[in-house]
Amino acid sequence: MNCFLYNSSVGKKLVMSISGCALVLFIIFHMSMNLTALFSAEAYNMICELLGANWYALVGTAGLAALVVVHFVYALILSINNYRARGAQRYAVETKEPGVSWASKNMLVLGVIVLVGLLLHLSHFWAKMQLVEILGGHESEVGGQMIAATDGAALIQYTFSKWYNVVLYLIWFVALWFHLSHGVWSMFQTAGFANDTWYPRLKCLANIVSTLIFLGFAAVVVVFFIKAQCGCC
Amino acid sequence: MNFTLKIWRQKDAKSKGAFETYKVTDISADTSFLEMLDILNNNLVHEGKDPVAFDHDCREGICGMCSLHINGLAHGPGQNATTCQIYMRKFKDGDTITIEPWRSAAFPVIKDLVVNRGAYDQILQAGGYVSVRTNSVPDANAIPIPKADADESMDAAACVGCGACAATCKNGSAMLFVAARVSSLAKLPQGRVEGARRAKAMVAKMDELGFGNCTNTGACQAECPKGISIAHIARLNREFLAAKLQD
Amino acid sequence: MAFKLDAKIPAGALADKWSNHKAAIKVVSPANKRKLDIIVIGTGLGGGAAAASLGELGYNVKVFCIQDSPRRAHSIAAQGGINAAKNYQNDNDSVYRLFYDTIKGGDYRAREANVYRLAEVSNLIIDQCVAQGVPFAREYGGLLANRSFGGAQVSRTFYARGQTGQQLLLGAYAALNKEIAAGSVKSYPRHEMLDIVVENGEAKGIIARNLVTGEIERHGAHAVVIASGGYGNVFFLSTNAMGSNGSAAFQCYRKGAGFANPCFTQIHPTCIPVHGTQQSKLTLMSESLRNDGRIWVPKKLEDVKALRAGTLKPSEIKEEDRDYYLERRYPAFGNLVPRDVASRAAKERCDAGFGVNETGLAVFLDFKTAIERLGEDIIKQRYGNLFDMYEEITDVSPYKEPMQIFPAVHYTMGGIWVDYNLMTTIPGLYAIGEANFSDHGANRLGASALMQGLADGYFVLPYTIGDYLSKKIQAPKVDVNSPAFEEAEKAVKEKIQKLMSINGKQSVDDIHKKLGHIMWENVGMARTEQSLKTAIKEIQALRKEFWKDVKVVGDAMSFNVELEKALRLADFLELGELMARDALNREESCGGHFRSEHQTEEGEALRHDDKFAYAAVWEYKGMDEEPELTKEPLDYEFTHRAQRNYKD
Repeated sequence: MNCFLYNSSVGKKLVMSISGCALVLFIIFHMSMNLTALFSAEAYNMICELLGANWYALVGTAGLAALVVVHFVYALILSINNYRARGAQRYAVETKEPGVSWASKNMLVLGVIVLVGLLLHLSHFWAKMQLVEILGGHESEVGGQMIAATDGAALIQYTFSKWYNVVLYLIWFVALWFHLSHGVWSMFQTAGFANDTWYPRLKCLANIVSTLIFLGFAAVVVVFFIKAQCGCC
Repeated sequence: MNFTLKIWRQKDAKSKGAFETYKVTDISADTSFLEMLDILNNNLVHEGKDPVAFDHDCREGICGMCSLHINGLAHGPGQNATTCQIYMRKFKDGDTITIEPWRSAAFPVIKDLVVNRGAYDQILQAGGYVSVRTNSVPDANAIPIPKADADESMDAAACVGCGACAATCKNGSAMLFVAARVSSLAKLPQGRVEGARRAKAMVAKMDELGFGNCTNTGACQAECPKGISIAHIARLNREFLAAKLQD
Repeated sequence: MAFKLDAKIPAGALADKWSNHKAAIKVVSPANKRKLDIIVIGTGLGGGAAAASLGELGYNVKVFCIQDSPRRAHSIAAQGGINAAKNYQNDNDSVYRLFYDTIKGGDYRAREANVYRLAEVSNLIIDQCVAQGVPFAREYGGLLANRSFGGAQVSRTFYARGQTGQQLLLGAYAALNKEIAAGSVKSYPRHEMLDIVVENGEAKGIIARNLVTGEIERHGAHAVVIASGGYGNVFFLSTNAMGSNGSAAFQCYRKGAGFANPCFTQIHPTCIPVHGTQQSKLTLMSESLRNDGRIWVPKKLEDVKALRAGTLKPSEIKEEDRDYYLERRYPAFGNLVPRDVASRAAKERCDAGFGVNETGLAVFLDFKTAIERLGEDIIKQRYGNLFDMYEEITDVSPYKEPMQIFPAVHYTMGGIWVDYNLMTTIPGLYAIGEANFSDHGANRLGASALMQGLADGYFVLPYTIGDYLSKKIQAPKVDVNSPAFEEAEKAVKEKIQKLMSINGKQSVDDIHKKLGHIMWENVGMARTEQSLKTAIKEIQALRKEFWKDVKVVGDAMSFNVELEKALRLADFLELGELMARDALNREESCGGHFRSEHQTEEGEALRHDDKFAYAAVWEYKGMDEEPELTKEPLDYEFTHRAQRNYKD
């Protein structure tokens, strides 16, 4: 294949940048959707029903899956390449360079945590919802009771009543925060839309985006956990 | 001042290297780091031992020859300085100082602390020039260049080609070096003419030589003795992508 | 057998000589250029520009440098700028004025025709460099900016911050890279020329050592160009790079090339003073600082004592107690007198006991007035990087206290003798840039070294070399298995073997420091008959000591820095003596050569044009033999030789 997106370093990075950008946009959409669950279970379930296993939701899911695969496979290819470029002999002493963020040097590790979290999340939700519908079913057994494939609110309630899920999800969100705090400004840099004037702005934007995403997702998890503990509502 | 030095010793490219420990005593705080190594080497010669090989030449921070990784930092402590511009007053009396060569697959060790940076020459040979013949050029003032552009070009042109960027990068990427040249020429009307061709050729050569991929950590910029900004990497990306999208 | 020197200066009016000459000399057709090989030693402004231009013309070029990349040649360290007679500032500059300033600055010991040509092509250099993408400083209107420099009353110096040499060299290096990519130039980094091969009286190639493997290699060519720079490191401490050396030039001298005016050494007035005995290198502070800095020492000796004791800060000394001695002695040029004048004036004050540091060997360069006049911001813009560099080295901020400076060896005007074509006394052997002697006379003006290197490399040699090579188009490729190559290689190997086997007690640096000390004390800023005779005797003794007692560790067939240094020092030990001999012969003072016996009542250099208006060209006769002197008379047809006057 003789395409710069495949055989040049800058091209490969562009693929990371664009796929990453699309995933961030999806995450923002997902977060907004989640937030409705805080206010109204019915509203949330309406959205679940709307998406369900309709053709556009399926196309969207397939697209997202492809983005995740591309983002991850390219990350692996680039990382292996980078590891080799570093040479066999490593420095005996390494000191952190001033002004270099921890996240920027650990994007692969953070990415893997995010991916593992994603798989867990898919098993908790997607496997009980869209997958069930794809397989022709309408409900599945969760924790000893049958839950409808469109009853996302019930799944949320159930999942975050367990403290260990809360902990795992929060770890996942923290990893995502770090990943995005570098990734969001970095995608502009890779695409060539950055300069010394814009670095502070872009880094500020990255921090705002990653923090909002963290807070949005974490709020749902924490609120549902607290609700479950009170048992009042 | 007295120091303990842990220095990487390696006989030649093929041999396996190891650290050796040396002591230097009575060093004045005004001594430069490389003068301190000169003193060590003179002592080693008197003892009949092989002195430590290290690259250096102008000792004014401009030739780009010196290339030591000192206590985990390229060119040692101190911002915007090459190894030869480091003075012993930056260290504490009695410190142990670890000195290593550049570590990067594209910079193989030749001996001790000396590495082969020929890869950088090869990248520039791929396109880091303006194709003009001697004596076939217009008057120097024929094309006015905005001062801001000339200044930005100069910022990038300050690169001394020392290799600290690739040596410090966890990905072994040479992007800052390549970007400095591409960006410097891209900001001038004389360099614009071949801008697309240059960006493509230099990136291709950089990839071919086994340098890694930039992940925008900014470590290169932090360690660059000339303080060259990664904004030039953004410009390189822009130049390269724009060129490729037109193909 | 003395040399029969023919400078081959073309006839005609000064302004027409170069044009006439270019029209008269032969050229080589493109088809024939492909058959001809040229070796270039050195990749600085001269060598880099020459190799690139020759490759571009179609010759097969091999270019050698001792550094790991051609880009690191010491031209890179030039800070201030490059002169050209563009008259962009509208201050009535012209080719003639640049020519005249250079001749006068050189104290009337340079060739008029060469200097005029230099001034003539200076404008082409700026055009060339701009086209290559050299980011010269510009004004807001987008046009090129200029600054003024010592020895001139016009602003004709083009600059790229404090890194002009670097930017020009990167331009030449880029041009070289273009040719390397095209295949017309082959680059040999980390290679050192150890001998020149001469066959039937013509240069046929070199013997080189691969500095990584230690292998000795033979390279043949139809012509060899020496662009290896100057030999200032004979003084051990100088502003030259650690690796700068005179060996390539010295091998040419040894094989029969004349060496001209070896005693003309430039001592740069603004260097950071020596701080101790362990120092390896001196750092230059750009001459451009003299544009805004004022040089002074205290008027009162008690202030000097207090300064040395550390009880008084320089900034506390009152204006009326300061002696701005350059402004006092040279009202017209003030702090911008030529380098030799400024250096000697500093020495005069220090000798009189007014040196301001513990060693008594420093004067102040003060920016107080400039900061008051222009503000700290403007000064920071102009000299920020130099001020930072100074503070890094000395731990003193020049914004608060004046800099301390002292003269140090910087450049050598002397070098291999060349004719108007830049060819040495050995046919087929050329010398360009600092390695030759031709353009700066007894003193070089600031911002003229870059000009000369690039002039020779881009605009002179590529034409003049054709005149010789046009006679070689029938000559076959040089056979590197000929007896001349065999012999040269054998001699080199024996020399290395000898050095490795001495196994004495002193390191190369130990002996080099001793040589430096002898040179600085006796062949430095002020020389006397007595000091020079002492120097010759001491150097001869030191040379014997070297060949008996030097210790070179390691293996010759590997990367061996000690061996490299030993080979260079062996040549310095002969070159130093030659410099002293030349200085002894020249019983006058001119430019950088100051014989204390020959000075005016005011302490200025006193030339003796009746006896010494010549270039002294020396011929090698053997290591311990006296060299033979041949004189090339310097006729001044177009300028009137006068006592240099920077007073009014």
